[in-house]
Amino acid sequence: MTDSSKVIEILKQIGEQIQMEKDFLTELDNVIGDGDHGINMARGFKEVEKKLADLSGKDIGSILKTVGMSLVSTVGGASGPLYGTAFMRAGVAVGAKTEIDGNDFIAALEAAIGGIEMRGKAHEGEKTMLDALIPALNAIKKSYAENNDFKAALTRGVEAAEKGVEYTKTIIATKGRASYLGERSLGHQDPGATSSCLMLKVINRML
Amino acid sequence: MVGIIIVSHSQKLAEGVAELAKMMAADAPVVPAGGLDDGTFGTSFEKISTAIDSVYTDDGVVILIDMGSAVMTAEMVIENMPERKIRMLDCPLVEGAVVAAVGSSANQSMEEIAESAQDVASEKKL
Repeated sequence: MTDSSKVIEILKQIGEQIQMEKDFLTELDNVIGDGDHGINMARGFKEVEKKLADLSGKDIGSILKTVGMSLVSTVGGASGPLYGTAFMRAGVAVGAKTEIDGNDFIAALEAAIGGIEMRGKAHEGEKTMLDALIPALNAIKKSYAENNDFKAALTRGVEAAEKGVEYTKTIIATKGRASYLGERSLGHQDPGATSSCLMLKVINRML
Repeated sequence: MVGIIIVSHSQKLAEGVAELAKMMAADAPVVPAGGLDDGTFGTSFEKISTAIDSVYTDDGVVILIDMGSAVMTAEMVIENMPERKIRMLDCPLVEGAVVAAVGSSANQSMEEIAESAQDVASEKKL
């Protein structure tokens, strides 16, 4: 399905997309958080981009672990440890492979989600990135099992993530900074779910 | 002496808490690790790691945190130093820092300081 150099390309594109949507993500976070999500993610992925240059030829596990560590070191907000743990766990799941298939991707996403749940002590339905990622994982797994077509499965996953982002508008935040707002978080989409959806969209576009 | 790290999203808040704690125990190794490198709001893996390095002894280090990413970032720093004796204290930042500083200055162990912090966490102000 994809090899190390493609993974590096995808990560670069994710970084570019985040730079492009930096203001949008920050705006979302201004309403229900501390207004730094776009800025933080952009800073983190700028650092990731610098590291990517030295990663060509490395196995996919090492690439993902390096990305995770860079995010932890540079993001500065909750998304640092959360995405950082997610990428590091995904890296561990992939291991020393230089080429991955659909099942590897699913295992990596599953490990990433497990990392976010562990680090954030979070569950689905709390208005977080998990509300985009878990439905996406479920949709990808289901579609891939039925049709054995990973590209189609990933498209289903992105659709599920988009729905998940919409769903975050209808629920009250019980995790993260937005939880201090109580009912006032209703009607607003979660910035973390939005950035998670953005990453899946880029992966889908690039594969 | 047990080292004490004050982690906050705000550099000024961390510095202020450290100052306040040192008023009661001037010799206690209290180090602020607030905000990001450029002084903006957030929590920095590097700053916390450096702060621990600066006061670490075999007596250990306790970390006091404000909220959210401070907890998660400190947790990751601790995981990154598995051979060291470090723990987070679950208590109000200001009261916990004062109690920890006094305890450290009196040569209390990390466990004793953690217990005092636990007591502070259940105390009501009013």
